[in-house]
Amino acid sequence: MRKILLSILFGLILIGFPILVSSDYYQHLVILAMMWVIIGSSWNILAGYTGQVSFGHAMFFGIGAYTAGILVVHLEISAWWGMLLGGITSMMIGLFVGWVCFRLRGPYFALATLAGGEIFRLIATNWESLTQGMVGILIIQTFPSKLPYYYIVLALAFVCILTIHLVMKSKWGYYFLSIREDQDAAESLGINTTLYKNLSLLISAFFTGMAGAFYMNYMAFIDPHVVFSLHYISIMAILVGIVGGVATIMGPAVGAFIMVGLQETFRSAFFGLAPQWTSQAHALVFGLLVIFVILFLPNGIVGDWPKIKRNVFRVKATG
Amino acid sequence: MAILEVKNLSKHFGGLKAVDDVSFQVQDGEIMGLIGPNGSGKTTIFNCINHYYPITSGDILFKGRSIKGMKTHRICHLGIGRTFQVVKPLARMSVLDNVTASAFSRTHTIGEARKEALKVLDFCNLDDQRDKLARSLPIGGRKRLEIARALATKPELMLLDETAAGLTPGELDEAIDLIKKMRESGVTILIVEHIMKVIMTISDRIHAINFGQTIGEGTPAEVANNPAVVEAYLGESYAHS
Repeated sequence: MRKILLSILFGLILIGFPILVSSDYYQHLVILAMMWVIIGSSWNILAGYTGQVSFGHAMFFGIGAYTAGILVVHLEISAWWGMLLGGITSMMIGLFVGWVCFRLRGPYFALATLAGGEIFRLIATNWESLTQGMVGILIIQTFPSKLPYYYIVLALAFVCILTIHLVMKSKWGYYFLSIREDQDAAESLGINTTLYKNLSLLISAFFTGMAGAFYMNYMAFIDPHVVFSLHYISIMAILVGIVGGVATIMGPAVGAFIMVGLQETFRSAFFGLAPQWTSQAHALVFGLLVIFVILFLPNGIVGDWPKIKRNVFRVKATG
Repeated sequence: MAILEVKNLSKHFGGLKAVDDVSFQVQDGEIMGLIGPNGSGKTTIFNCINHYYPITSGDILFKGRSIKGMKTHRICHLGIGRTFQVVKPLARMSVLDNVTASAFSRTHTIGEARKEALKVLDFCNLDDQRDKLARSLPIGGRKRLEIARALATKPELMLLDETAAGLTPGELDEAIDLIKKMRESGVTILIVEHIMKVIMTISDRIHAINFGQTIGEGTPAEVANNPAVVEAYLGESYAHS
């Protein structure tokens, strides 16, 4: 009951936020954070719940973004159609990757996704007639204000989390967890492990592709090095999941806000308060953060919340 | 009627003949024991029936229909359940969730799956453990969880792989009761077991193998007095004494 009230309160804060805070800058940050909620949650259903770790979610993100961009450039169709089509195209690519890799066990899938992200970055760079190569794709933003984007991404993040929540409460969810825990046992219980690994991948690819298409619409500019970036997308998706809490519903959401907040704090050199060189230190701090989380909070902030509460409480009681 | 027919089954790993031309039948409703010294190929036979690996030659028929080459999860849906010698609990899931996941093989709704799971947990005397994580169970509980999980798929034939190994004497009696109860509920059982107290008391018939080959078959008393079986277990000098 407290959980539900807390969720409603949190939802109301998010809905009211752009009305209370009119600064474009802060609205922009929350929009980015919510986009990362979608990507992190998508990564989580595949890696956290189904146990199939992806090192290449930039692949699905970039495909979604490019689908939306290419619709505008070549077919002169609104990039908003890309939201749906981008998700579907990502699913198609995901289906192919899964079809090839999921019949094998072990690290093959993780390695294939890593390679896949890089392959698509090179394709996007070199297939200039389709993607305009390194020049990137520039479109005209639909809305001058940030508000519509804010509510679109909020709705999308909500749908994404709700979908994953419902899936995990269904037969599929039980099957995903069983596969993560033991594939041999899962097979003997009548679970078609190849099929269900693919289903998990499809859900993940769909939402990540949608997030990519949203990015195209929102930023109005993409190039291969941004949307297919190993560093800024694939690794970030993993960090969001790990920091927030792998295999928890709200973990990636919490992780997304923390990571985007941290990234921006460093990028802006502590909002201009610290010397300029600190803006270069964000990768270092991310690394330290991951080490800290793995050592002390292996289940992430949400997964280890009881532990955090207990320790903080004890500090208060004795101090 | 034979529910399971293993016909001239062979499984070779390179030059090693793990199972070599083994044939036997399991009759509907019986408890059949499969015995043999360590490394004689018992678990390999189970893995062949389950299709964890493809068989080299021969055939396996379930209710008169060949299941050779069929995927493991399809075989489960046909009605063959199995437990593992080295238990494979879904460690980070609760006991109830373990069984619920397997109950989904016969239903699609969470409500029904949960109902079935609770029924099976009750049947296996695990209902007081249902909210514990599977990894926190002691070995006796894990062995029973293996059975519960396999039962939740509603098998007609159950393959039990050393369910009694590692149990205390008290747990052993419970295991025997559970296996008998299972048979009474209409499940045919093929059981691999080293503990003679278990295999001799519950089996209707026993099939004995050594080095992947059949060395005897019959009632528990017949097999116990079979010279080839005695030799395999105790050495040649005992076989003729």
